[in-house]
Amino acid sequence: MAKMTMVQALNLALKQEMAKDDSVIVLGEDVGVDGGVFRVTDGLINQFGQDRVLDTPLAESGIVGMSIGMAVYGLKPVCEIQFSGFSYQNFHQIENHAARLRLRSRGRYNVPMVLRTPYGGGVRALEHHSESRETFWAHMPGIKMVIPSGPRNARALLVSAIRDPDPVIFYESKALYRAFREEVPEEEETMPIGKPRIAQEGKDLTLISYGAMMRPTLEAAAGLKEKDGVEAEVIDLLTVSPLDDEIFVQSVLKTGRAVVIHEAPRSFGPGAEIVSRLMEKAFYYLEVPIERVTGYDIIIPLFSREKAYLPNAQRIIRAARKALSN
Amino acid sequence: MPRNTINIPDKIEYLSILNEKGELDAGLEPDIPEELLLKLHRALLLSRKFDERLLNLQRQGRIGTFPPINGQEAAQLGAVALLRPSDWMVPAFRETAAEIWRGRSLESVIIYNNGYSEGAEIPQDLNNLPISVPVGSQILHAVGLGWAAKYRQTDDVAMTFFGDGATSEGDFHEGLNFAGVFQAPVIFVCQNNHWAISLPVAKQTRSKTLAQKALAYGMPGIQVDGNDILAVYAAAKEAVDRARADQGPTLIECVTYRMAVHTTADDPKRYRTEKEVDKWRKRDPIVRFQKYLVDKGLLSEDKIAGIESEVLEVIQAAVDGAEEKMKALGDPIDMFEHAYAEMPAYLKEQKEAFVTEVAEMTEEGDHG
Ligand SMILES: Cc1ncc(C[n+]2csc(CCOP(=O)(O)OP(=O)(O)O)c2C)c(N)n1
Ligand SMILES: [Mg+2]
Repeated sequence: MAKMTMVQALNLALKQEMAKDDSVIVLGEDVGVDGGVFRVTDGLINQFGQDRVLDTPLAESGIVGMSIGMAVYGLKPVCEIQFSGFSYQNFHQIENHAARLRLRSRGRYNVPMVLRTPYGGGVRALEHHSESRETFWAHMPGIKMVIPSGPRNARALLVSAIRDPDPVIFYESKALYRAFREEVPEEEETMPIGKPRIAQEGKDLTLISYGAMMRPTLEAAAGLKEKDGVEAEVIDLLTVSPLDDEIFVQSVLKTGRAVVIHEAPRSFGPGAEIVSRLMEKAFYYLEVPIERVTGYDIIIPLFSREKAYLPNAQRIIRAARKALSN
Repeated sequence: MPRNTINIPDKIEYLSILNEKGELDAGLEPDIPEELLLKLHRALLLSRKFDERLLNLQRQGRIGTFPPINGQEAAQLGAVALLRPSDWMVPAFRETAAEIWRGRSLESVIIYNNGYSEGAEIPQDLNNLPISVPVGSQILHAVGLGWAAKYRQTDDVAMTFFGDGATSEGDFHEGLNFAGVFQAPVIFVCQNNHWAISLPVAKQTRSKTLAQKALAYGMPGIQVDGNDILAVYAAAKEAVDRARADQGPTLIECVTYRMAVHTTADDPKRYRTEKEVDKWRKRDPIVRFQKYLVDKGLLSEDKIAGIESEVLEVIQAAVDGAEEKMKALGDPIDMFEHAYAEMPAYLKEQKEAFVTEVAEMTEEGDHG
């Protein structure tokens, strides 16, 4: 097993799937010769040629619309939108077509495409490069919204996403791209889409998060253990939609206390849905109101102030202590 | 007869007045007052030197990622010089020279590039839009501004800038089509700097020129040597005059070159050769214009040196001024401002909670 960054692990997933299946096509801006602005597609064009790795003109609607056509034909396009902040240029292609071709054709067609795109703050990026807008896609029936939290699950989930018969929006955290390394096995590994995982077991309180926020969440869990002797159970959603609530509902039935953490703005964010599910399925077991630690309901500020916007371990610990009172 | 020929314009003009050796086509020389020529020259030098300084600041970690403009100064200044203050300037993100010409302070550029939104604030008396990072998206705003100026019966115009890559976006095509249909007074200035990050313009489009795309939308298109400020000025003058006279929009393709990195996060060695860059170094827009002005007797080596040291002083003062100002900009509470005309109640609650939380966390120390 090699220790890999998330960039390297995603690259491995693409290489192996492309080698295995010639219907897998990579396309997007700067994904070929340049290897992608974050180098996730590095080396693919040399190995697989320019018919399988398409450096496209600068047009997101073009990239996604063409991917839909390829997918309907039976190929498995994996397109890259350079930053999620520019995926609104292809919003209508996802909402009007990718999400509903299966339904509109009553199953005759499906759209087995993956849209990979970097999201989130914390890397001192330019305007429009730091938002966390998973809600847009999670809100679309027919779309799967996946957000890995580390190199190993990123690799396994990307393989599963490519093989999935339905369209998957695959958010990659820029803050995690090179943040740490993990052992990633050379041999094939997949992970089910639509299944959260228990990142850490505990009995006193449930912390629910995903993506880049898993790091401060785990840090907070460690802090709570060390300072307060509290054992937090930490849930990593991995798939935001379709949201599988079984694991976190089970956890809260046990702990009676929950904090939801995401960097997306608070109102109408994934936290709102998670809290609703808990109200529906675990209400009588709740000891205290559920806490949310989220981005604020504003556009994430330019980089000199972004730290103040992003949830951190300290904020999570404070919310957890509130959820532990009474 | 099923197969008739429909005649449409099928030729695009290429305009060059001052070639790369600094030789002038006197017959085409635009009539530019001496004062303006000298003002343009200083602006070219200021933008070049400022760009170099920004790169330097970025490498030292004193500002964040930014897109250098080196090599594209003439393409911007030759066009923007035609605007009156009441006209509208709608930039993409690589138009620092044009923005400075239009009154943006050097300090604000530094402050913005160091991640403070205060640097994006636009003074009340300047009709400039803020930079637009989503490629091509600003083009349509220029159409709306131009149309509004016409609706209000002014003869103001809107000028928008964008790159070769932007011509692939739907927004570009919609913008040109709308401007054609509504005969909006808009000047579309495309800086074809040959690259959209790693994609060369030849892979961006099969069209021989970008200018010809104007023809499909029923407006004139012209290609000019974008490193020749006289050619850019001459083409822009025709376009602005037409727009002011309610004769509709124009597309100007300025053929230039992005001499530096795409942004400071980019590594051009992965996709282009030093040889290609060297070829363009010989076509520098400032060198030839200086020669022209020296030949005209408006400048001398001494005078140029004097202007250089003067602009360097201006730049140094801006760096000092910006760094001084930024000392007072740390407070993150500012991030809650300007979302709405009136702050919604729930946002006020979030803001108050933020203030309390920050105060308490500071007391707790780093990790509670
Ligand atoms: C809609 C959109 N897609 C992608 C990007 C990322 N990006 C920033 S600049 C750029 C290339 C732009 O090329 P061009 O229009 O030629 O302008 P230049 O950078 O050469 O000035 C890309 C792909 C973006 N900012 N906006
Ligand atoms: Mg370009």
